[in-house]
Amino acid sequence: MPFTPENRAKAREIVALYPYARSATLPLLHLAQDQDGWVTNEAVAEVADLVGADAAQVHGVRSFYTMYKRESPVGFVVSVCTNVTCLVTGGPELYETLAAEYADQPEVLVEEVECLAACDCAPVFQVNYDFHGPATPESARAVIEEYRTGVRTPRGVSGGRSV
Amino acid sequence: MPVEETRIVTRRLREHPEDSWTIECYLATGGYEMLRRALEMAPAQVQDEQVKASGLRGRGGAGFGTGQKWSFLPPGVYPRYLAVNGDEGEPSTFKDHMLIERDPHQIIEGAIIAAYAIEAHHAFVYVRGEFALGAERLEQAVTDAYASGFIGRDILGSGFDLDVVVHRGAGAYIAGDETGLLSSLEGERAMPRIKPPFPAVQGLYAQPTVVNNVETVSTIPHILRMGGEEYAKLGVNRSTGTRIFSVSGHVERPGNYEIELGLTFRDLIEGLAGGVRGGKKLKFLIPGGASSPWLMPQHLDEPLDMDHVTKELRSMLGSGAVMVYDEDTNPVLVAWRLAKFFARESCGKCTPCREGSFWIERILYRIVNGRGRPQDLDLLLSFGNHIVPGLNAPFAQTTICALGPSTMSPVVSLDRWFRDEVLAQCAPAAAGIPVAGA
Repeated sequence: MPFTPENRAKAREIVALYPYARSATLPLLHLAQDQDGWVTNEAVAEVADLVGADAAQVHGVRSFYTMYKRESPVGFVVSVCTNVTCLVTGGPELYETLAAEYADQPEVLVEEVECLAACDCAPVFQVNYDFHGPATPESARAVIEEYRTGVRTPRGVSGGRSV
Repeated sequence: MPVEETRIVTRRLREHPEDSWTIECYLATGGYEMLRRALEMAPAQVQDEQVKASGLRGRGGAGFGTGQKWSFLPPGVYPRYLAVNGDEGEPSTFKDHMLIERDPHQIIEGAIIAAYAIEAHHAFVYVRGEFALGAERLEQAVTDAYASGFIGRDILGSGFDLDVVVHRGAGAYIAGDETGLLSSLEGERAMPRIKPPFPAVQGLYAQPTVVNNVETVSTIPHILRMGGEEYAKLGVNRSTGTRIFSVSGHVERPGNYEIELGLTFRDLIEGLAGGVRGGKKLKFLIPGGASSPWLMPQHLDEPLDMDHVTKELRSMLGSGAVMVYDEDTNPVLVAWRLAKFFARESCGKCTPCREGSFWIERILYRIVNGRGRPQDLDLLLSFGNHIVPGLNAPFAQTTICALGPSTMSPVVSLDRWFRDEVLAQCAPAAAGIPVAGA
């Protein structure tokens, strides 16, 4: 869906921060994803219009950066690190267990991600870009369910606050 | 003698863990006083008498002289821009993440001083997209700094104007390369650019630009507090001052430790991080992030001196991420996972990196899974020679940025230290397949 009037106003404020509007491309795609749970083709067109770019250029940006989701809307992005410190502290098991567990629940997208820069808490994972760790499959599942049941307040799917 | 940290950049966040990121805590602990002092000097004084004199070198990985980098800006060309690199993505590096979340005002004060010194009126703090809390705290800090008159028009009555924008990335390791960062900041895919022209000459929006790492700018207020020459007395040789080392892997106490350069790997790993966990033996260590060639137990008493590690040990201190692996670790598994990282993060602009990283990962994968061939290691070295001609550190490269040669670090390390172990994991039955270039 298009930006809500509030988010459209916010988008214009973001554009005004930069000497050239095009620089607002990434932040506006985040804003769209926080609003919709993914970055739709309509959002790409709207962002392109706001930053004065061709839609094709913004499509290229959307598909380059891993945080932007373009397959289907999601409620929770669970990012599990399996890079070299998490590799030797249980990251791969954490990822495989959670991926299998939520495979049939489209609301929860479990992703294998690269180093999240929290290796003192390995293995780590994020739910909508909030950090948790060191984790076991059991503790991670409990945390994810706390977000789903409202015990914890999740960020937007792009990690923003105003959804 | 027990090893101790020298907490300069990390002092506030260690002493005030409950509120180190707030402007109240920052002001109560001497915050923004060095900005006042800097604004009383001429920009050239800050640059030469403070930052250049301190010997400060970039803390992001390349270790280039900060004052020297600033001095490359062509005179008389404006506007100029400052970009602070907080896109920390080098595997097992987690120091900037800590600084962003727990001492954002220190970054901002350092950035304002840097912008003043280079005469920039627009600064951008590029924060890795995944650091949601960090971006939030930085944005709050920027808002508070504007409200207090530290950013904006006529800062503290000095006549100096500056706007600061917090910019979030969106998931791309390559945005941490300084020219990749500029492409990303311009709203493009984060593809690196050919140098020259260097960013100092043609950077953001094709204008003169300085890109400095988060830890680098965080150090600047302390250089002013101590005085550039005094700061230069810390450290060893041309590695002055302190650095934050992120120690992780098989150690008792993984974490960030700020120490004076010149201490040894043993001081860091055994003295501070508690040594290899469970009383096991050290098998190997990666001294400066995924891109650095590996070191062995016999290197534990070598000093943490950037030039020494590059020239004598054929590796690098890079981003300051020290990964420790115990005797039970399969080095091929670690090499494969690093190769997978590089293959996923290669931006695709240069063929040797795009194709090379893909094949390195595929070949290491088959070795890890018991389908390796005896000639596989030589095969990797054979085509790796087209990414890193000569295969010897410091790496030459056929690619625009350093990600290309970094893909070969794990392979060169396997060949250097674990050749027999790799060959033992390869299945002899698959012999007889020709090796290109052999």
